[in-house]
Parts: sequence; structure tokens; C-alpha cells
Amino acid sequence: MKHLRPQAKACAAMLILLAGCNRPAKTPAPLAAKAFGAAITEVGGGKQVGSIGAALDQPVVVQVNDAQGSPVAGALVELHTAEGAMAAPDAGLTGADGQLTSTVTLGGSAGRYQIAATTRDKSGKPVELRLDEIALGYQQQQGRVLNDQYCARCHDPESTPERVSNHDNLTAKPHAFIEGAVLNAMSDADLASIIGFGGPALNKSPEMPPYGYTLKKADVDALIAYIRAVADPPYRLKGLTYAKN
Amino acid sequence: MRQKIQKVWQFLFGDSARAFGTLSVILLICLAIAPAKDRFREWTRYQQKYLRLIRGRGEAATLQRRFQGGLQQIWMPELGVTDRCGTCHLGLKEASLWDVSTQPFRPHPPIPHSLTEFGCVMCHRGQGAATGVEEAHRSTLAWEQPILPARYLEAGCGQCHANTLTGTPQLNLGRQLLTRYDCVSCHVLKMPDGQRMASTTDAPPLTHIAEKTTREWTFAWLKNPQAYAVTATMPNFQLSDADARDISAFLMSSGAGSQPARASQARSSPDVAADAAAGASVYGESFCASCHATVNAAGMLVGGDVGPELTRIGSKVKPEWLGEWLHNPKTYDPGTAMPHYRFDQKQLGPLRAFIEAKTDSDFLANVHLEPATPEQIAHGKALVTERGCASCHEINGISKPANFAPELTVVGSESLMKIVFAPGVEHTLPDYLRAKIRQPHAFPSAKMPQYTFTEAQVDALVTALLAQTERARTLPAALRVAGKRESGYRPAGKAGQLMADMNCFSCHAINGRGGNMAPDLTWEGSSVQRRWLVSFMKNPNTLRPALIRRMPRFNVTDAEAETIADYVSTVYQTPDFDRDAIDPAKFSAADIELGKQLFYSKYACQSCHIVDPQNDKGYIGPTLTQVGARLNAAWIFHWLKDPQALRPGTVEPNRNLSDADARALTAFLMKQNKEVAKK
Repeated sequence: MKHLRPQAKACAAMLILLAGCNRPAKTPAPLAAKAFGAAITEVGGGKQVGSIGAALDQPVVVQVNDAQGSPVAGALVELHTAEGAMAAPDAGLTGADGQLTSTVTLGGSAGRYQIAATTRDKSGKPVELRLDEIALGYQQQQGRVLNDQYCARCHDPESTPERVSNHDNLTAKPHAFIEGAVLNAMSDADLASIIGFGGPALNKSPEMPPYGYTLKKADVDALIAYIRAVADPPYRLKGLTYAKN
Repeated sequence: MRQKIQKVWQFLFGDSARAFGTLSVILLICLAIAPAKDRFREWTRYQQKYLRLIRGRGEAATLQRRFQGGLQQIWMPELGVTDRCGTCHLGLKEASLWDVSTQPFRPHPPIPHSLTEFGCVMCHRGQGAATGVEEAHRSTLAWEQPILPARYLEAGCGQCHANTLTGTPQLNLGRQLLTRYDCVSCHVLKMPDGQRMASTTDAPPLTHIAEKTTREWTFAWLKNPQAYAVTATMPNFQLSDADARDISAFLMSSGAGSQPARASQARSSPDVAADAAAGASVYGESFCASCHATVNAAGMLVGGDVGPELTRIGSKVKPEWLGEWLHNPKTYDPGTAMPHYRFDQKQLGPLRAFIEAKTDSDFLANVHLEPATPEQIAHGKALVTERGCASCHEINGISKPANFAPELTVVGSESLMKIVFAPGVEHTLPDYLRAKIRQPHAFPSAKMPQYTFTEAQVDALVTALLAQTERARTLPAALRVAGKRESGYRPAGKAGQLMADMNCFSCHAINGRGGNMAPDLTWEGSSVQRRWLVSFMKNPNTLRPALIRRMPRFNVTDAEAETIADYVSTVYQTPDFDRDAIDPAKFSAADIELGKQLFYSKYACQSCHIVDPQNDKGYIGPTLTQVGARLNAAWIFHWLKDPQALRPGTVEPNRNLSDADARALTAFLMKQNKEVAKK
């Protein structure tokens, strides 16, 4: 230190002082895995439908299993969410039941949000599970309300205590709106006609009544937007190619 | 060194020509700064990026043509909107960019308003006039008006819309919670039209509480209402044992008087032989669960939320009080929503025994209170005043405090400068409101009690509060959409008294007043036949098999049923048609046969209705096996023509029937009256 000039010494002292004033790093020490599994499975919380920007009703629960399929406690699971969405906590060790529970908040724009839950096996190789969550925007949300009011009683085969399903009482079984395999093949115009003019418009059963004199065009559009949003497999427009951005 | 400087000086300003040249160059550079700065503005980069983005797309020519460079501004002085958001958000109106997910170029999702009509900051907040990213959005720089996080976006709608919108479930829930959990009883909260939001929970009057329950129960309830009933709307005041002891002492002493009108009657004698099964069946038949919830054996909460949860009711109420209440709730609380069921002794005994048996031995196990001293009672009274209990409850000797808590009318535009943040709370208004609702005790001098809201409920509440902005109050009146207000309608005469006694309005709405659990009866007189109504009042049978909530039996006398039927069929008629205009006797056999064909083939009505119980299975709509004895022909005809006109929001679609088809279907339906005819 002798050969340094006093100014330099003062400068160094200042720098050290300034460094001391710096805020401590916010991120806590990274979690260390206490155990390793071989597989990761979904216990619940996938394929939920929520509103944009809102927390999902049910938490996402994943389980880490070993090669024999029994749960592993203390395995590190990291949750990576699509841009805009958040998982809290986004990483953690599995509990005694081998499970990690996290609340997922969807992002601000409508669409699908993928959540990748990863853990590492003994060799350090990542094992991944992908879950899809659906965020409904304003229009799809409108569609959901209309669906609950007019469509769900026949189109949803599941009954709830408040709403008994009429699905099984019909001769032609209505398609549930998540049946992407069938509904994705129908164009928007076809869906609009069957909603507006009933089953006979597409040579289908008259058990599907026409709603075109009851709903406004905007309502029908909203319903179609909702049907497209919840379709599984996801709906993609065909026949057009778009540049990447 | 010095020589060098002199040399440079000589070179630049050696003679007047050189000096002039140099100064000119400096001046030119200075002049160039302004346009150069403009050239490198943040937004110009975004505009260039947008142009590059659209260049590669199929519809590039159209997008290119619609692109306008330079600063874009929406200016609406009457709304206080100066938005330059469109300068960077160039794809807002380009629906063809639906697959673009990078901001700022995403198109705006479809909404009922046009973007140029209202601008952006009306709904999204943010500093509209800013042209930099940070300044327009982030709370650090745009501290006066940061962008509203997407999760509270519906707050924007609530500024104009005081009504319930289908597109804003979160806002609707938030407003419902504000009234249901009595936030608006302590806080004044005025809607933009100046009307104060009113509570919808009738917190029970405590003027006769000593008759109803014990001091031990009151103590345990005050300590933790949710331990008694998970659905309790009363918040936890986090009282110490001593405070709860003193408040319970005061309430018992102030609420000791009994209703003078009520002599204690013999009906409170418990029927010892009453068996629980009989009680359970009276409970079921009377559809108590339509309003009251209980936790069943599987641990699930089942039942409605109009009345209080009854899981542990036996640990709460005194047996004599329960007998009186079931006999006629109006004598204890004239304003109660509970109907007067007119139970006879045979029903009352078992029902009371059944309800009394819903106890929880653990709930009061550890509560042992010494008799109260006058000091404790006085301290209890002081605490009741301090905690503002009388804001919600009627209490003898304490008047309802005015302005007990801060007014929330414009809380959604509260300046952050005025807010005291608790440690660890991010400095934004939504985060402040969240923290305040979730942990009121983290804030200094907070009187607010602890609620047990879920995350979704907190989000909804924050959304509803954020809608209460200064902007909402200064908007042009023409933009305001008023909320639905309950009318003060009260039917008159003997029938009116009966309807008030049976609290028809708790479930049914008539002329703009009443609940929505059961059908609106405003035009019931046009709809149903008088004879059917009399028999239905006396013994309500099942009309809609898929519903779990049904009309209970009120044990009315013949005379009472006639009175109500007379009133309903005379007064509640629609002015749009004459209910006797179609005479069912005039239908021909051919009409009926055609109607049958239409019913089963063309319109497939059996998907939702049952006419033939052997073959038809649909149960969304009412069963029609006896519809000819229930409805008037003209009602059926007009209903078929346009169901929504008679009952807005009904599931049955308007099928645009021709008059001939509607007439034939009416003929077929009016024929369905056999069973009653047999009797």
C-alpha cells in the first residue's frame, strides 16, 4: 500500500464505504435439494380457466416420485411460467408427501400460459412437467357467462349440486366445449350458424335450438371466442401463415 | 503546454474571419441538437421497430397505409384525457396482428367501447401525456398515476357503470362483498351519482340478545366468529379475553328486556317424544337449506347463504327462544328475511329438537365466566362504543356513530403522499389497499377488524375500491350508467299483509323489489290459472325437477290461499296482452296433433321439457305434464313467441315461431291437463 498516493487511498476508502451502503441482494440463498426424484407428475391445478391478471382458483400441485413411483420429500422443484404469469412460490422443496403447492397468477393478456415444473434426478438431468393454464380476456369472459347461462346445462356432461346436467337426456350428445378435436375443425362461420340457427342449420339435431333471436351478434362472437379459448387441443387458425415476431 | 493552447487559440480565433467561422460552426452544432434529440426519442425507435414488424407480414401494404408516424394524441378535454399512448402502441386497432404477443404492438382485445371514444387512461390509468416508457407506466416515475395492474382492470369499468355488468365478474363480486360484509356500514362509500352504498346484511339487532343466547356463546363468538361458523360475515375484532368478557357482560345487560308484545306462551314447551327423523323431514320439506347452510358429515358446506349457517346453532340459541322464533320470527325481529311458516305443534316440536341437536360440544367447552361486575359492564359499554359495534347492530343505549371510519368515496384516486404505508408494503395504491384489507393491524391506529377473505375476494374488493375515483365523480353525467335500485314496492291490503308475513320478497321479485332465488312474479297473474295457484299455495309441488331450491309449504289456510290467489291473478297482469284472449276450448284435434308433431320433431322441446313422463327425459325447463291446468293459453302463446319479453334472461330461446306454429303448440300444451281433470 505504501507506493499508493493518499488520494488513491481516499478513493479506495470511499468506494468501500459506498459498497457498504449498497442494499443487500434481495434474492435469498438458492434452495438446495435434499433428495432427488426420477419423475414429476401433476396432482392438480392444470388446465384451469381464469381471468387475465387474476390468481387461479385452485393452486398448482405437483409431485416428485422416485423410479419406483413413491413420493420423494425434499426434492427441489422450480416453476417457470410463461411471460406475464407468476407462480408463488416459484421454487421450493417437496413436502413429506412429495408435493409442492404453488399459487399461479395469470398474465395480463388472454391466451394460454404454460408452466414448466422441473426437478433434477440424481445425475443432474432435468425432468420436466408442462401444465397449461387458460386466461380469458374480456370477450371470452363474456362468452363464459353466456355459456353458464345458456349452454353448459346440455354441453357440460358434468353435474354440480347447483346445476344438474341435461347431457344424458338428449339423443344427440352435445359436444363439450373443450373437445378441440371436433370443434377446432368447425369454422367460426359454422359455429355462428349452429348457435344462431340451431342444429338443423348444419344438418344436425334439432335438439340444439337456435339462439340467434335471443343473443346479439356480439354475444355469439363472445361465445365463439370462449369456445376457441378453452379448446383442447388448442385452437389455431389454419390456412394462413403469419410472420414471426 | 501553454504554447500548445496558444497555438490552438491562434488557429481558431487568430483573426476575425477565423473567429467568425468557428462561432458559426458552434452555432450550427447547437442548432442541430434539437432535431437530433427528436430523432433519437424513445418512441421513434418503437415506430421503426413497428415498421420492421409489419414489413414481413401478408397484409403489409394495408398496415403500412394505416400507419401514421409522429406523435399520436387523443385529446378529450371534457373527459380530462390527453393520451399519447398510440404513439408507441401502434397495433391497437389492427385486429390482423392478433398473433403478435410483444408489446407495445399487440392489438387491443375486443371491448364494447371504441378506443378513440374514451382513450386509454380512463381504464388503464398511467400518465397519458408522457412519451417515455418509464414515465407513462411505472410507479417510480409516474408516481401520480401509474398503470393499473391487469388484475384490477375491471375497476376502470366501475367508474361509469354502477350497474352489474356480465363482463365484470370481479367488480361485481367486490361490490357485493362491500355490502355483504358491512364495509359500508362503518365507511361512507358513495357511488358516482351521489347515492350511498347500503349494507345488504341485516346484522341482527342486539336489543334482546339475552333472550336469544347465552353470555358464554357471545363471549366465544366475539373471540372468533369464524370458529362458530366458517361463513360468518362478522369480522374478528381480535379482542383480549378481558375485553370479550366485558363486552359480553354489557350486551347481556343492555339486551335483557323482552319484547312487550310477546307474552311467553306455552308453545315453547319442548316435545320430549319428538324424534330426530321427523324433525329432519320437516327441515327438508320446509327447504330450510335454501337459505341456511350446514356442514354435512363429509365436511362440505351445503345450503344457501341468505340466512346464517346452522352447523352449531344448538350451542348458540336458547331452546325457548328457538321455539318462539320458529313459531313466528317476526315477533323477535320484525325486519327479518325469514318467513313465518305457520308450523303447527306437530311440526314445531320435532323441528326444534332437530335444530337444537346441531351442537358442538367443543365450542363452549373452555368458556367459564364469573358473574359480571358493574365495572366490567361499564368497560364493555366503552369498548362497544370504541369498536363501533353500533355501526352494524342495533344496541340499546348506544346510537349509531356517524363517520366512524374514513370515507371511501374517492379512495381509488387517493394520493400516495397522504398514505402511511406499513413496512414491507410496496408503495402503490392497490398494494396499500390489499395490505389494509388483509392485515389491518399492521397499520398504525387501525380500528379495522380482521376479515378472513380469500385472495380472490381481496382482489375483488380492491377492484371495487379502485373504481371509486375522483375522475368518476367529474365525468359528464351522460356517461354514467345507474345501478339497479330496489323499488320500495309494497303490496296493499290483506294479501299485502300475508305476503309481508311470509316474506315472499326474500325469494321472489315483484315490481322491482325482492330476491332472485325464485321467479319474478310481476306478471304471474297473466301466467297462471287462479285455481292452480290456490292449490299450489296450499301444497307447492315440484315444477322444475332439476332445482334443489323449491318453494316451501307455508301451511296457509284455505282463506289465506284464496286471498293471495285473488290478489295475484287480479293485480299482477301484463298490459301487453289479455290473458283470456285465447280460449283453449276452441282448439281442434288437428291443431293439437300438429302441435304434438312440432313439439317432438321440428322444435325437439322434449330435450328440455317432459310432457310424457314415460318417454321424455329433459329437465331443464319445468315439467309440462299438467301445464294445461297451470298456465293460461294466451301466456303460453306469447311465451313461445318471445320468452325473453316476458322473463328477461330465461334460458328458453326465442325461436322466431310463426303464429300458426305457436298456436298449434299452445293447443297441444293446453291439452296436458288430464291428471287435474281426473281429480
